[in-house]
Amino acid sequence: MIIDDLTEITEKELASRKKFTIRCCVAAGCVSSNSVGVKEALERAVRDAGLEDQVEVRGVGCMKLCCQGPLVQVDERNESPGATVEIRSVDTGPLYQKVTPEDASALIGTLQGGSSNLSQADPKHPFFAEQLPIVLANSGVIDPDRIESYIAAEGYQALHDVLRELTPKDVLDSVLQSGLRGRGGAGYPTGLKWGTVAKTPGTQKYVICNADEGDPGAFMDRSVLESDPHSVLEGMAIAGYAVGASQGFIYVRAEYPLAITRLQTAIKQAKQLGLLGSGIFESPFNFNIDLRIGAGAFVCGEETALMASVEGKRGTPRPRPPFPAESGLYGCPTLINNVETFANIAPIIRKGAEWFSGIGTEKSKGTKVFALAGKITNTGLIEVPMGTPLRKIVELMGGGAPDGGQIKAVQTGGPSGGCIPADALDTPVDYESLTQLGSIMGSGGMIVMDETTRMVDVARFFMEFCMDESCGKCIPCRAGTVQMHEILTRILNRKATRRDLEKLEELCDMVRHTSLCGLGQTAPNPVISTLRYFRNEYSELLVEDAYGPRRNGNGQCAQPTADSTL
Amino acid sequence: MAAKTLTIDGKQISADQGATILDAATDAGITIPTLCHLDGVYDVGACRLCLVEVAGINKLLPACTTRVHEGMVIKTDSERLRKYRRMTLELLFAERNHVCAVCVANGHCELQSLAYSLGMDHVRYDYRFPKWGVDNTHTLFGMDHNRCILCMRCVRVCWHIEGAGTKNVSGRGSGSQIISDLNQPWGTSDTCTRCGKCVMACPTGALFAKGATVSEMERDRTRLEFIVTAREKKQWIA
Repeated sequence: MIIDDLTEITEKELASRKKFTIRCCVAAGCVSSNSVGVKEALERAVRDAGLEDQVEVRGVGCMKLCCQGPLVQVDERNESPGATVEIRSVDTGPLYQKVTPEDASALIGTLQGGSSNLSQADPKHPFFAEQLPIVLANSGVIDPDRIESYIAAEGYQALHDVLRELTPKDVLDSVLQSGLRGRGGAGYPTGLKWGTVAKTPGTQKYVICNADEGDPGAFMDRSVLESDPHSVLEGMAIAGYAVGASQGFIYVRAEYPLAITRLQTAIKQAKQLGLLGSGIFESPFNFNIDLRIGAGAFVCGEETALMASVEGKRGTPRPRPPFPAESGLYGCPTLINNVETFANIAPIIRKGAEWFSGIGTEKSKGTKVFALAGKITNTGLIEVPMGTPLRKIVELMGGGAPDGGQIKAVQTGGPSGGCIPADALDTPVDYESLTQLGSIMGSGGMIVMDETTRMVDVARFFMEFCMDESCGKCIPCRAGTVQMHEILTRILNRKATRRDLEKLEELCDMVRHTSLCGLGQTAPNPVISTLRYFRNEYSELLVEDAYGPRRNGNGQCAQPTADSTL
Repeated sequence: MAAKTLTIDGKQISADQGATILDAATDAGITIPTLCHLDGVYDVGACRLCLVEVAGINKLLPACTTRVHEGMVIKTDSERLRKYRRMTLELLFAERNHVCAVCVANGHCELQSLAYSLGMDHVRYDYRFPKWGVDNTHTLFGMDHNRCILCMRCVRVCWHIEGAGTKNVSGRGSGSQIISDLNQPWGTSDTCTRCGKCVMACPTGALFAKGATVSEMERDRTRLEFIVTAREKKQWIA
């Protein structure tokens, strides 16, 4: 494979484009509402109408407005003949929503000038118009099952440039200058992490992609893997070159069967074309990627537990230091990044670090993908520049709470995050601002709650999640979450007193500061943040001490205290 | 090997490069409470009792796995640490069925003596009273899961000292359990070499040598006669 081969594939791919491209979403969200059936019906309808030479029905990745799936977009070829890359004409093509297989012939009929009363989404709605796709640029455009489709969208160009024109140091500098920070949640500067692994001596190094997305309500990484698997492979290969690793692993959870299949296909195709393997682009660089399937443990998203799991051991975290960059997988220096982080790499190399660092805020660069879920009108995926106010995301783009409800809080960061109350919605979304509010950026799950949501319920839900997912290694997390869950249940059952609440707060503090890994250290966060903003909801549920007012030594009632008020 | 100088609890000490805070403190005669640590096997930092405060670092660090650095200033004892340690013990006592009065290890149990020394005089959390079983299938040893604190000492000595690999952990969270081989009765294990290291390593009465308590309980029937005579005849026979 040389650069001419890439160009040739691109030209062939673009030349084969027909007059109409019908893009039908085949990511997990739409598949669950029978988009595969829709796609087959569309193909049949095209055949029946005798339009095979004019219409291509293409399975594509996520088109973001998941709640209205299956989504189908009709794209008429109108770019100039000299176009060199795959593009999508967002403004022109009608976007049909909730398409059923029965709608297929009517939809094809519209191509021949017919009219239909199919339900359409408005591509000019802020939900689409305010997005800035970098990670999701190819999502909903290319066919995730065909590497040619990715190559036609400038795919593997960055890898070529890196291998043939840049030194590993240049790549590290680029990533550092871009200001990219880890998208897994903690926001550690990616360039710094890469630099540490590159500088650590070692003959064998590893690159790991953490695709063990486990936060309730989060589905960003799944969508990236299902819609654009090659962008992750390309990012990993570039990382391998920069840090000096020849082997990569993608640790993906078994609950994502479609993502696993797409990744397997993608790896196979990349190997066939020589884009993975030995001597990539006729350079001395070798890089292979293997999949490791998680067995359903949330804690395996923690990097040290993940590596133990890749090694075939019990997935429990270990104390850091040593950090993976120093001693990781099989004791070798290891670079471990999230799916979205790797997906950002190729665009940064292609368009330059300055371009990337021009997006976002001073300390948080680039864009962030969020999965909007919960009590919100437009459930789906959005990618916005860092620093976008939360209000714009949930009210303008997300369309607010359905049925005229009032938004009460937004939960970010999953079980490690916190609830942001409605009056703080004007906060810009970046790592520091969210931390200040007692939540975290997290991997990108955003659960919206309206006034019918009871915050104590929310806290208990997340505590139950952490209790179930604790690995059991360290005592504060294993036994502390059980006790916190017990107290929260008692509060909800109106059996808890003020003293129980004190005990709960004491436990929150203890578990946070003494747990071994991030899971335990952040497990109390949903309780802490709901207590911070919605304390009254807790106190309303408290009851008087079951033993009545305290008695003094003589068996007489002491003066009633102000126990019941907080 | 270069030596490092550091301060622990206001005392200037020197320690080998590569030593852990726990090693350094022990050398200097400073006691840090530990539970999952066992001399001779590698540390896992699981019990969180040896957490110490290191100046300049926000997080509490486990003394057993943190290496010493030049000029470190460490506090092994503070009101906050004592409180966390007591709470950790409370959580342990509430988690399973630790009834000292009927335990084979009563009086020589590390959990019990830590509770004494750290002043954990009562448990404020709800006892969980889980239903754990006792595995008495092994000819020499028994395992009472009710007393297990999941310190993994037995697993570590079994794998890394004896090399048998019999003991392991199944389940997760509060449902974690020490198992033998593929979660089968200990007595049917093919890999167990009956070395007894796990029993020696156990800090509580969870793993015990059979017969150590029961066969020692010899009955003194004359005591019955003494009580009956005392009650009926008001005579205190010798």
